[in-house]
Amino acid sequence: MIKTEVAVIGGGPAGLMASLAAANMGANVTLIDRNSRLGGQLVKQTHMFFGSEKQYASIRGIDIGKFLASEVEKNPKIKIMLDSTVVAYYPDDGVLGIEVEEKKWVKMKADRIIIATGASERFLPFENNDLPGIYGAGAVQTLMNEHGVLPGKNVLMVGAGNIGLIVSYQLMQAGVNVKAIIDAAPNIGGYWVHASKVARLGIPILTSYTVKAAYPNEMTGALERAVIWKVDDKWQPIPGTEKVFNVDVMCIAVGLSPLAELLWQAGCQMVYVPELGGHVPLRNENMETTVPGIYVAGDVAGVEEASSAMMEGQLAGLSAAKSLGYDDGSYEEKKNEVLRELEALRSGPVGEKIRKGLSKVII
Amino acid sequence: MRIEKHPILTFERGREVEFTFNGKKMKGFEGEPIAAALHANGVRVLSHSKKLHRPRGFYCAIGNCSSCLMTVNGEPNVRVCVEKLKEGMVIETQEGRGDLK
Repeated sequence: MIKTEVAVIGGGPAGLMASLAAANMGANVTLIDRNSRLGGQLVKQTHMFFGSEKQYASIRGIDIGKFLASEVEKNPKIKIMLDSTVVAYYPDDGVLGIEVEEKKWVKMKADRIIIATGASERFLPFENNDLPGIYGAGAVQTLMNEHGVLPGKNVLMVGAGNIGLIVSYQLMQAGVNVKAIIDAAPNIGGYWVHASKVARLGIPILTSYTVKAAYPNEMTGALERAVIWKVDDKWQPIPGTEKVFNVDVMCIAVGLSPLAELLWQAGCQMVYVPELGGHVPLRNENMETTVPGIYVAGDVAGVEEASSAMMEGQLAGLSAAKSLGYDDGSYEEKKNEVLRELEALRSGPVGEKIRKGLSKVII
Repeated sequence: MRIEKHPILTFERGREVEFTFNGKKMKGFEGEPIAAALHANGVRVLSHSKKLHRPRGFYCAIGNCSSCLMTVNGEPNVRVCVEKLKEGMVIETQEGRGDLK
């Protein structure tokens, strides 16, 4: 049995910041990640971030990931376990079950646990939606930006939120032709700065359109053609409005759902909040769930941006350390600063949805 | 197809290794995900669905969705989007659920 004071599960933006915050207060931290490297999905974010200097604004996501990972690696209070997947939480004794390498398992008992497992890509129902060539937008980003492999030649992007817009831009950057970006909503969901970038490249953004069907190449079985159609103000498709695209790739960028399995296993009280992407845990201002000692941060606590994930991670890390008695006197000040940053990130019309969602989960 | 030149990124690739896909020899880079190596070789159909035998590719590419399960060195249900490529791997399209040996 491995023992640690604070176990952080997930080495993305939230988990990295949580580890640093807890360790800098004096706690002994073990950071566990299923990948061979830290950074989570920051490793494929080639765009520059917004926010304030606290969230490393105007630095590319990949560079933020590298910087935070190196800070974590340098920190003597943080032990890193890579290629390790937390697959179980036993509520009876609070023990974590971890697969550390192929078919080798260890148990861990932590005084505090911060769950920062992130989110997974959502899917969209339409005829033949399972064809090879229909990929999550994040999957295409991984293939292209992390592994240097192009997804195909011609792409239809489904979803005009930030991920759809950013990935479209990155596809064009890598030399792939994005034929159109469509979204069933009547408005573009992402930031205007991202929308204008793709508009300048000449990519049409078709709002109030959804996918009708996809068709395979009969030889290969993979995607060859996509048909879209317009939806009315009640989201009902309008026959006769079909448009056809000859594409070998369709990217689905219709949002993410929290990867909350461990929270369910732990018996955290969950609530369905569409504004936050699905089932999310109730938590207090310190990011502690209804199971004492289990904290959450990042997309698993409600799907937002990496910037707010970093701030939530910091908050969870500070609070977990404080609850163990670690406080050099700076806790209140640091916590209030993070809360102010979060409030700023979630302010204005862009943050309205998130604010509404959070009002249902903070206890 | 592989990206050779990119305005922002450079790719650190492992050494070139050989593997087989359904008996056919292919080349990839050691340590990259099997799915990436296959995709670079033009392979998009990775498996067939269990009931209706419909062709399947990967979907999430980060080990969440289980759309990319293949048989690797005789072992079924390997998530090839996260399993790293090694020299001489025998990779096969999986039919059905796979058997325990």
